[in-house]
Amino acid sequence: MRKIITTVAATAAAALFLAACGGDEGAGADATEARGPIQIWYSNNAAEIEWGEAMVEAWNADHPDEQVTAQEIPAGSSSEEVIGAAITAGNTPCLIFNTSPAAIPQFQKAGGLVPLSDFEDGASYIEARTGDVAEQYKSEDGSYYQLPWKSNPVMIFYNKDMFAAAGLDPEAPSLATYDEFLETSRMLVESEAAVAAIWPSPGGEFFQPWFDFYPLFAAETGGTQMIEDGEPQFSSEAGLAVAEFWETMYAEGLSQQEAYNGDAFGDAQSAMSIVGPWAIAAYDETLNWGAVPVPTSAGTSAEETWSFSDAKNVAMYSSCENRATAWDVMKLATSEDQDAALLELTGQMPLRTDLTTTYADYFAANPAYEAFADQAARTVEVPNVPNSVQIWQEFRDAWTASVIFGEEEPAAAFEAAAASAADLAAGS
Amino acid sequence: MFILPYAIFLALIFAYPLIQAVWISTHDFFFTAPGVSVPKPLVGFDNFATVLSDPDVRRSFLNIAIFLVINVPLTVLIALVLASALNGALRGRTFFRTAFFVPYVAASVAVVGVWLWLFSSNGLVNTLLGPLAPDPAWLVNSAFAMPLIAVYVTWKQLGFFILLYLAALQAVPKERYESAAVDGAGAVRSWWSVTVPGVRPATFLVLLLATITGANLFTEPYLLTGGGGPNGASMSPVLLMYQKGIEQGQPDVAAAIGVVLILGVLLLSLGIRRATGRD
Repeated sequence: MRKIITTVAATAAAALFLAACGGDEGAGADATEARGPIQIWYSNNAAEIEWGEAMVEAWNADHPDEQVTAQEIPAGSSSEEVIGAAITAGNTPCLIFNTSPAAIPQFQKAGGLVPLSDFEDGASYIEARTGDVAEQYKSEDGSYYQLPWKSNPVMIFYNKDMFAAAGLDPEAPSLATYDEFLETSRMLVESEAAVAAIWPSPGGEFFQPWFDFYPLFAAETGGTQMIEDGEPQFSSEAGLAVAEFWETMYAEGLSQQEAYNGDAFGDAQSAMSIVGPWAIAAYDETLNWGAVPVPTSAGTSAEETWSFSDAKNVAMYSSCENRATAWDVMKLATSEDQDAALLELTGQMPLRTDLTTTYADYFAANPAYEAFADQAARTVEVPNVPNSVQIWQEFRDAWTASVIFGEEEPAAAFEAAAASAADLAAGS
Repeated sequence: MFILPYAIFLALIFAYPLIQAVWISTHDFFFTAPGVSVPKPLVGFDNFATVLSDPDVRRSFLNIAIFLVINVPLTVLIALVLASALNGALRGRTFFRTAFFVPYVAASVAVVGVWLWLFSSNGLVNTLLGPLAPDPAWLVNSAFAMPLIAVYVTWKQLGFFILLYLAALQAVPKERYESAAVDGAGAVRSWWSVTVPGVRPATFLVLLLATITGANLFTEPYLLTGGGGPNGASMSPVLLMYQKGIEQGQPDVAAAIGVVLILGVLLLSLGIRRATGRD
């Protein structure tokens, strides 16, 4: 017995010692002026890797003393989890070219980000390149902790062959209003041209609203963010109109409550999908596709329809020592030439004011991307507020219970979620 | 002195994280970059109050209770029956032993893919059931999602528990079966009166392991029902800990859920110990 007590006591003492060792290490030195080698991470899709490698090569050729080492973001269930873990461990690279705006408040709270406004030309560079849209990426303290990089403005992609099989006009589909969209969907499913008219993921993950609710909410409201001035907007009349539309889609089996194990649109199980311009390269050789703006209750013309940006940005992480070099690499990577290369290789839209005019030749040669470029001018971002991910999760839970599974009234579910979201946005 | 290496191992791998988790659960804590100094004040039982008043957390504990009520008895019963059968003179015994063990060693992701196909609305099971198929389908049906996961986990883990019982069956003296036969006991009576009491220590172990692994359910609701769906019907406490601690940046709340879970599993284990007469 005595031995057991001794062992337990020794174990607990050792554990407490280890726990005590886990405290903070003290603040690091300001490295805004420092120059030298840096490390960067970029996305792991083939097109972005190609762009990233070329960009790094261009930098390294001119800066032998400030070499950039690049690699793909390490594998994980999501980039945000990997980056979050790296921030805690203190082993983030200087720059990550795939930072989700929704994760910025959390990373900022963790002390993982460098305020770009600290650089002399930080705010002015961002605002000159991105224009008024940059305001959406500013944090509550007035600083930029992310450089708005590229967007994937989402639209409705549809399969022309399936529309034709359902007796619909594939060149001028009737999808502008909710009523038209519903009627078209009914014809697609009743004719058995498709299992589902459109099949967004019914999963409960916090980011799923970005591909069902949020694009339509942005369109219905003419560009209102989920939360504005600390007030949740999704329980408004417009938000409930979007909810009612999707509720009908699910109730009538036009969208499926069950997750599709794969790509429903690519496998021709659904006739439509909500996607960004990346889809052009993905489906161009396999599907006969068309693209239209997301619907609104009254039907809005394409040039007035708003959508969700699905942007990915560049952020500088606080473990970075040579921040002056990192800032210069950021500027090179978002320069006019590098943006042209990004557009050419990935089809994703650089977040810059003069997109269609600067790259007029590209859009003339690739007219399929023109609609997305035009849409990019009217996009809303996820709100940059405290507890952003928690707010999206609250909303998704309400959406799943009411809209997808019909176990609650959307109005009541949204009202309760809005009350929680208001508290969370206030930082409580 | 001889136990010092083990004590250090215990301190590093078990005691330190456990004490850290309890500490986090009683503080206003969030993960920060090294060198970032932020106040992490003691909040007492506030995180526990948050956890216990959260309907999602309560639902997850109810879900895991449903899971355990189905999974644990089913595991014990099927594993013991199959182990007894495999312990006898059965043709193709080696094949069956291997067959039952394959799901246990197979990668969860691959096996889940098969079950998704089997139980989807247009899957094999619904095709066979025809008009008797549930609507909505199994994995998006609030009534069936968690029971189906319990059945899946039972099937997946069965090979391991059969192995435990097979080992225990070797230790049951042959004389007891002979005595039972002399007393006129048939096969069923002999199994009930000799085999079941003879493997009681193994049953205790199986009950304990099935309860502990079941209470830590994560992979199956994460993959099989799209993150605890439909509408939270298969959400488990550990999956919720992942969401809150990793995705939403609330490790303090996640740690409080973890502490409640540990206490629950400890209580259950004590109950099992008493029920199996291992006091």
